[in-house]
Amino acid sequence: MILTRTLLKRHSVLPGFDLALGFALLYISLIVLIPLSAAFLKTFTLTWAQFWDATTSPRVMASYRLSFGASLAAALLNALFGLLVAWVLVRYEFFGKRLVDALVDLPFALPTAVAGIALTAIYAENGLIGQHLPFKVSFTPTGVFVALVFIGLPFVVRTVQPVLEDLSRELEEAAATLGASRWQTFRHVIFPIVMPALLTGFALAFARALGEYGSVIFIAGNLPMVSEITPLLIITKLEQYDYAGATAIAVVMLVASFILLLIINALQAWARKRQGGI
Amino acid sequence: MRIPHVCPLRRGLLLAALALASPWALAQPGPTLLNVSYDVSREFYKDYNAVFAAHWKKTAGEDLVLNQSHGGSSKQARSVADGLEADVITMNQHNDIDILAERGGLVPADWAKRLPDNASPTTSTSVILVRKGNPKGIKDWADLGRPGVSVVIPNPKVSGNGRYTYLAAWGAALQGGSTPAQAQALLTRIFANVPVFDGGGRAATTTFAQRDIGDALVTFESEAPLIRREFGDKFDTVYPPISILAENPVSVVDKVVDKRGTRKQAEAYLKYLWSEEGQEVAAKHNLRPRSPVVLARHAKDFPPLKLFTVDAVFGGWTQAQKTHFNDGGLYDQVIGAAKPR
Repeated sequence: MILTRTLLKRHSVLPGFDLALGFALLYISLIVLIPLSAAFLKTFTLTWAQFWDATTSPRVMASYRLSFGASLAAALLNALFGLLVAWVLVRYEFFGKRLVDALVDLPFALPTAVAGIALTAIYAENGLIGQHLPFKVSFTPTGVFVALVFIGLPFVVRTVQPVLEDLSRELEEAAATLGASRWQTFRHVIFPIVMPALLTGFALAFARALGEYGSVIFIAGNLPMVSEITPLLIITKLEQYDYAGATAIAVVMLVASFILLLIINALQAWARKRQGGI
Repeated sequence: MRIPHVCPLRRGLLLAALALASPWALAQPGPTLLNVSYDVSREFYKDYNAVFAAHWKKTAGEDLVLNQSHGGSSKQARSVADGLEADVITMNQHNDIDILAERGGLVPADWAKRLPDNASPTTSTSVILVRKGNPKGIKDWADLGRPGVSVVIPNPKVSGNGRYTYLAAWGAALQGGSTPAQAQALLTRIFANVPVFDGGGRAATTTFAQRDIGDALVTFESEAPLIRREFGDKFDTVYPPISILAENPVSVVDKVVDKRGTRKQAEAYLKYLWSEEGQEVAAKHNLRPRSPVVLARHAKDFPPLKLFTVDAVFGGWTQAQKTHFNDGGLYDQVIGAAKPR
């Protein structure tokens, strides 16, 4: 084992490592790094005072709270129910399973504006669901949360599903023969294996929710200090032809998301290590 | 592959369909013009393009392919400033064309003086749409600030329609003898009554007409008949005694037409907007024509009301944008004071 590992490092049996790495780096630079660095460059045209003003005014701060808060909450809810959906799809046979499986992907495919308009209509006070609810959903921060849950679901299901499919039944049977209860089997056998994938799904859903604009804008109501998301404030700045101010907020969002994603990745690595690299 | 003979009209239609389907259509025979415009002018320019293409064919003997691009007005202006090759730009606010002069000198600074009527072939104004029978008795801007009245206005930060609404109420107050401080107080009351800030005029319409939110919707006069046609006769249009003159300025984008060699066609395209035929198309789409003859013919669609211009009351759009809508401006103060309940 150790021998093959060191061999792999020195001389891979697969050819073209240099070339592949070169292309991968070039691709990432072209697609991700260069556009993002443009945002940073534009921001550098501001003085510190201007940057501080643009990124910490009360209205912008309120939008950070909403964007990050609602995105985290939505990703958490999706982690919980996404795991459940994935579990059901993998473990049980039932009529219409294929259809349900396909439905999960719909939020990926649907134009976000369509999703936003549909959700707004359903949850409005005269809407299909909204009229039965004792509280308002459309045009409140709750609406933002609902839209973010909608668009985030597939990320969790699609990352957890393959791991659950690969999970061998023997492990559970072994746990059972050793006298583990069902809960113990789940808690100590299944969950640790699924954990890294679940974290990935959570991170993806969270990142997607942070950047979401199209669907949220219809359902949020966009009241200043209450239901304005950060991407809307970026658009607002652009409407004033204030490119630098817009990119300044974008840079803050980017850095914050990057740090959060790093933390999640670290957690994931830790979970994987603890699991002992099964 | 040999293409069988197709009658020219059908071929023309086919080409036009292709051109409409994709603004970046493949190389086409004959010159093309791209008109970059705001969101709700789509239907008007579709009709006008057909009229102008026929006129151009008759007078210049040339097949002209006219493409249109529509979207939020500032976004469209940004696209052109960033390199979208628009031969002509047709907006509903002067500063969205001014920006082309400021950034990269795509048009000269005095572009608005090159055509009559401040380069605006048509106008509109902000009116108030209320529920049938006007149960809240809304007659004027001040009524929108009454307690218990709820009014849907698109977000002035991102929507031209919203900006016109704000300026209409503000200017009407000034014209009625209010001091600026009183005008600001009125606007604060009005914006405290806004339950939803939609991103654009059409989204606000949906909120008001379909979600049954609000007692009133402020929108362009040109939108009101459309809303009634779309959602049924459930609304009344209230003309406040005084409102704002919303000009729809147009300009040739000099840098682009000189590069593409389309100046002659582009200028003719815009000039024809002032022709009787062009003005008729505008009137049909509920835009107030500049021609007194055409206006008289449609007098019942355009009730007379006192109108003031942005130039006269606010010193022009650039100034209005700066003092009112930019960050830290008066609108932010109004919104800051208008704490939502």
